[in-house]
Amino acid sequence: MTQTETAQISWPDDGYSRIPYGVYTDPSVYDDEQQRIFRGEVWSFVGLAQEIPEMGDYRTTYIGDTPVIVVRDGDDGVQVMVNRCAHRGNLVCVAKEGRADELTCVYHNWRYDLQGNLKNVAFGKGVGKKGGMPDDFDPANHGLQKLRTDIYVGLVFATFSETVVPLADYLVDEMRENMDRVLGRDMVVLGTYSQYMPNNWKLYMENVRDSYHASILHMFQATFRMNRLSMKGGIKLSDNGWHHISHSAADSDSEEQQYNSKTLLSVKDGYLLADPSLVDRWREFDCGTTLAIQSIYPNFVVQQIYNSIALRLCLPRGPEECELMWWILGSADDSDEQHDARVRQSNMVGPGGLISMEDGVVGGWIQRGSKRDRNKTTIVEMGGTDVASSEDSRTTEVSIRGFWKAYRELMGV
Amino acid sequence: MDGSATTSAIDKDTRRAIEDFIVDYAHMIDDDRLEEWPDYFTEKCTYRIINRENFVRERVVGVMECSSRGMLEDRIKALREANVFEPHWYRHILSGTRIKGRNGDLFQVETSFTVIRTLQEGDMSVFSAGKYVDEIIVEGGKPLFQKRVVVCDSNRIHTLIVIPI
Repeated sequence: MTQTETAQISWPDDGYSRIPYGVYTDPSVYDDEQQRIFRGEVWSFVGLAQEIPEMGDYRTTYIGDTPVIVVRDGDDGVQVMVNRCAHRGNLVCVAKEGRADELTCVYHNWRYDLQGNLKNVAFGKGVGKKGGMPDDFDPANHGLQKLRTDIYVGLVFATFSETVVPLADYLVDEMRENMDRVLGRDMVVLGTYSQYMPNNWKLYMENVRDSYHASILHMFQATFRMNRLSMKGGIKLSDNGWHHISHSAADSDSEEQQYNSKTLLSVKDGYLLADPSLVDRWREFDCGTTLAIQSIYPNFVVQQIYNSIALRLCLPRGPEECELMWWILGSADDSDEQHDARVRQSNMVGPGGLISMEDGVVGGWIQRGSKRDRNKTTIVEMGGTDVASSEDSRTTEVSIRGFWKAYRELMGV
Repeated sequence: MDGSATTSAIDKDTRRAIEDFIVDYAHMIDDDRLEEWPDYFTEKCTYRIINRENFVRERVVGVMECSSRGMLEDRIKALREANVFEPHWYRHILSGTRIKGRNGDLFQVETSFTVIRTLQEGDMSVFSAGKYVDEIIVEGGKPLFQKRVVVCDSNRIHTLIVIPI
């Protein structure tokens, strides 16, 4: 048995197949995660570059539970800074989004440029030669806390770490390949919303990586006799096990391959639907991929379910709550017909999603079921106990084990 | 003034029919008579739940989207037979129905709502507040929704949404 220094939680094996329930509830574990994961050796997704197209456009969001500002500070440049005035800790940007020439704290009018440099302190020289800041106060030492920032296929990431590998290396070739395929074109935001869940953030991220539950918990497709997404496919893991893609593709001789990529397929399955146009789709990708759920450690998801493309970011909101931010996307090249099909397919996902709503509730049930037994554990052993890609089966919990491998490495437990 | 100027010409019976229709809809949902839900809509229709932030940007993707009566039926069948969730109930509190305009038999109507959600163990919360932005067609004195857009003030949905608003 090993124990963490701070939380006194036992990990009963040296691997990743037994997870003590205490990690989902303990406030000190939650605090450690903020430091060791969200401020540690990871890159965090903070938004889309296209949401801040013009100089001075900004949005506010969070890395872990630390508020940050994402601002366009030049033609190509995006800057991410902690949203906290160097003076008294006030939020510099209160609005969720806006445009500014400079960033000014409303409390005492301390002004920062778009790079976060402190430019002016109100009454810094005092009034009538009285008061003011001491002569040795150097504004250059009191800017906003700047984070390393980088963009990949329009996705803005930032990190508190000075030592984590560059973003492209963090994402590794296999993960970037899928992002290129799904997002490497002119994308448009069709809608955004959030889903607030009564469970620890890790329970949701395990759910994302859990290909085992998909056809069991989500009964919609079985009820309406639709082909299950899980029929053929596998799990790709990055070499270190941190990131994953659960994918499936249509059979080469199936109806999926036989329709023209420009026309919608009125699928024959789902014939019990009163209006089967709900699942009309087209072959968007030459590779025939019909499903790819990708997670980038720790809390970012890229989703392709047929033509439903979305990004999800799971923000921790305390030990027992989290908020899932959704971006539903389309392509700028979509025909009207394709656009309408994407809108209809949006019914599948999100808090009202016909094949996803259950994901919003099951975490809360685990939270309630396990709260009292912090040193009892889950079992994550489907498909063995190792952490390696599973190319021909999705009946495995291997990508959940990958999540815990990253977790234990970062947390030092 | 935004609002009722155009509506003075609407006869009392029509106005009353529209207001009753909106109230009946809320009772139908709160009473769990959801199989009747599609009957409130025209065959081709729009039912959409979307948040205010997206609505003002004229985005169309929200958390629920039905474009036919059949799709409404499928939603209810999924709720009854497929979707997994903790039993809960809604209570709709409606206020301030106003008829903003008309075009022949088609009326533009807005109504504020609050939905209180009660879970099986008794937890109650304000699940959503916002306004209905409706296009109601009245034929032979009988109103039907051609379009009902549920504009929620909050971007957040707590846990999940399976029962329509």
